[in-house]
Amino acid sequence: MTREEAYEKLNKVFQEVFDDEEITVNDATTANDIEDWDSLEHVNLIVAVEKCFGIKFNIGEVTSMKKVGDMMDLILAKTA
Amino acid sequence: MKELEYPFDGEWILSKKKSIKKQLLQENGPFLQKKIAVLGGSTTSNICVLLDLFLLNQGIQASFYESEYAQYYADAMFDNPELMEFHPDLIFIHTSNVNVKHYPSIQDSDDEVTAKLDLTYQEFEGMWEHLNATHHCPIIQNNMELPSYRLLGNYDCVDVRGRVSFLNRLNERFAEYARSHDFFHIHDIAYLSAVVGLDRFSDPFYWHMYKYAVGVPVMADFCYNLSHIIKAIYGKNKKAFVLDLDNTLWGGIVGDDGPENLEVGQETSMGQAYDAFQTYLKAHKDIGILLNVNSKNEAENALAGLSHQDCVLKPDDFMVIKANWEPKNLNTAAIAEELNLGVDSFVFVDDNPAEREIISSTIKGISVPEITTVDKYIREIDRHGYFEVLKLSKDDLSRNEMYKANLQRAQTMKSFADYGEYLKSLEMKGVIKPFEPLYEARIAQLTNKSNQFNLTTKRYSQSEIEEAASTRFTFYGKLSDKFGDNGVVTVAIGRPEGDALHMELWLMSCRVLKRDMELALLDAIVHRCKANGITRIIGYYYPTAKNAMVKSFYETLGFDKLSEDAEGNSTWEFRIPECYENQNKYIEVTED
Repeated sequence: MTREEAYEKLNKVFQEVFDDEEITVNDATTANDIEDWDSLEHVNLIVAVEKCFGIKFNIGEVTSMKKVGDMMDLILAKTA
Repeated sequence: MKELEYPFDGEWILSKKKSIKKQLLQENGPFLQKKIAVLGGSTTSNICVLLDLFLLNQGIQASFYESEYAQYYADAMFDNPELMEFHPDLIFIHTSNVNVKHYPSIQDSDDEVTAKLDLTYQEFEGMWEHLNATHHCPIIQNNMELPSYRLLGNYDCVDVRGRVSFLNRLNERFAEYARSHDFFHIHDIAYLSAVVGLDRFSDPFYWHMYKYAVGVPVMADFCYNLSHIIKAIYGKNKKAFVLDLDNTLWGGIVGDDGPENLEVGQETSMGQAYDAFQTYLKAHKDIGILLNVNSKNEAENALAGLSHQDCVLKPDDFMVIKANWEPKNLNTAAIAEELNLGVDSFVFVDDNPAEREIISSTIKGISVPEITTVDKYIREIDRHGYFEVLKLSKDDLSRNEMYKANLQRAQTMKSFADYGEYLKSLEMKGVIKPFEPLYEARIAQLTNKSNQFNLTTKRYSQSEIEEAASTRFTFYGKLSDKFGDNGVVTVAIGRPEGDALHMELWLMSCRVLKRDMELALLDAIVHRCKANGITRIIGYYYPTAKNAMVKSFYETLGFDKLSEDAEGNSTWEFRIPECYENQNKYIEVTED
């Protein structure tokens, strides 16, 4: 899976979780860029991403994600 | 919505929650509006989100109050003004074993452990008592899931200092309280966590990351299970099974294979699985669930199959047996009519997906579990919580006899040309009295279950019923006849004000329709009014999706319409004449 392909899937996850078909994310996107992305919604996002890609993040990985690019790096590493 | 019924994909629901909610709001109305306070010992946000969906799917639209993180105790005990202002209809206390503060230590003596158990329990009990006194509404309390580790290994459940032992004892104390307090219900997460797996239920990842005591991937299972209690409280339980025969109750086709060749009984593995399923169904009779047959068969073949010596279920166990070649949706509607029940109170069980599809697409509100193979039937039905029991009343235990008697009455009726003669032949005896503690649970249950013959559809908790007993004119009515005792079948509450009695509630169980019990009740109300110098009775009718049958009820009784608004809410007046003549002619009534 290329980074572009993974972003296509990831965009769908974001669109579903935040119920907004307009959302697209990139490496630089952070929680500040999406209105409903608070800490409570964050957990649901993580669960949805895990399910979509068939992976699990550990506690250290989740706490180290600062922007979507960090999440993408982990997704690609885990699905490689 | 099928996606919100067992077996569902909880993570999928969570990711789609917003679009699911939109769809439910569009498709599932009208909704019962309820205010639910969630007092949490851990994060509750997803619980409200998911519970909301499952309740909407049951026709209940909830608004939520959520306590601040882990503030359940403070909110309960110190009357948080926000909570007071919210006026909850129901309180859910979401605690779990992370909230147990006084676990035993290995140095503790037996007495010290018991003291810690008392202390832990009393904090909870104090909370329940205070909440009940303050809010007078049903309370649902999680019991405790088992601990995620065992210091003593298997011995942890033996030694009183083990946490397994401690939590088991605590759970028993919780259950003891529930047995003696009708407003209080246990949400059994000890069982639920075993079903989904304790490791998934108490996933430490979600606890340390987000302070969720319940793993997010199983949160939907949690809320589904919780929603069963809530929908039961608001009268949305199912009441009857409609069962297919061939390959549902036994293996094989009775018409083709002959009754002697059916797979049921102890001879084969398959036969044993059908035996277990029949045993499961038969047990439902004992809690008041009505069994019916709906099968494409010649009637004699169906009866021959059910009379098979190894069948646990016998023809007598069923209320109505429809074995013919009619479409099953028509048969189902006919069964509903004979039993005087709404079709939405049925659970339709059939191994044939095509039949299930016809039923679920043509009958709104009926439940149609997706069953697969006989070894899994029980689980595939049981997990739905169709018949969630809040308390077993005497009525539940004898409901089957009562419905049987009703069917016999219907038979008798056919033999009379004159309806009055028929009523006379029933030799009816009624009792109409003010509320008594013995019947308060049943009365509260009726106010929450009766939808059709219900003028105001006002729902009462048991504590509100107790309160009404001391501040209002209250009436409950029992009716029996030569075929059997129907128990408490009608309830009315009137608020005296000056020279008038305002009827806040008037309901009757549909199983005694057209028996003149409503006239007997009017007589009793009039007598009580006269004895108290009241000269007018004011009736109210508030239309709902289900109570059209009583739209003209007050008119029939001779009330005059005072007003009606755009929504159809109407007010009626009855001026009690000097010489009032009793309306009821056929029931011999004992009044207080």
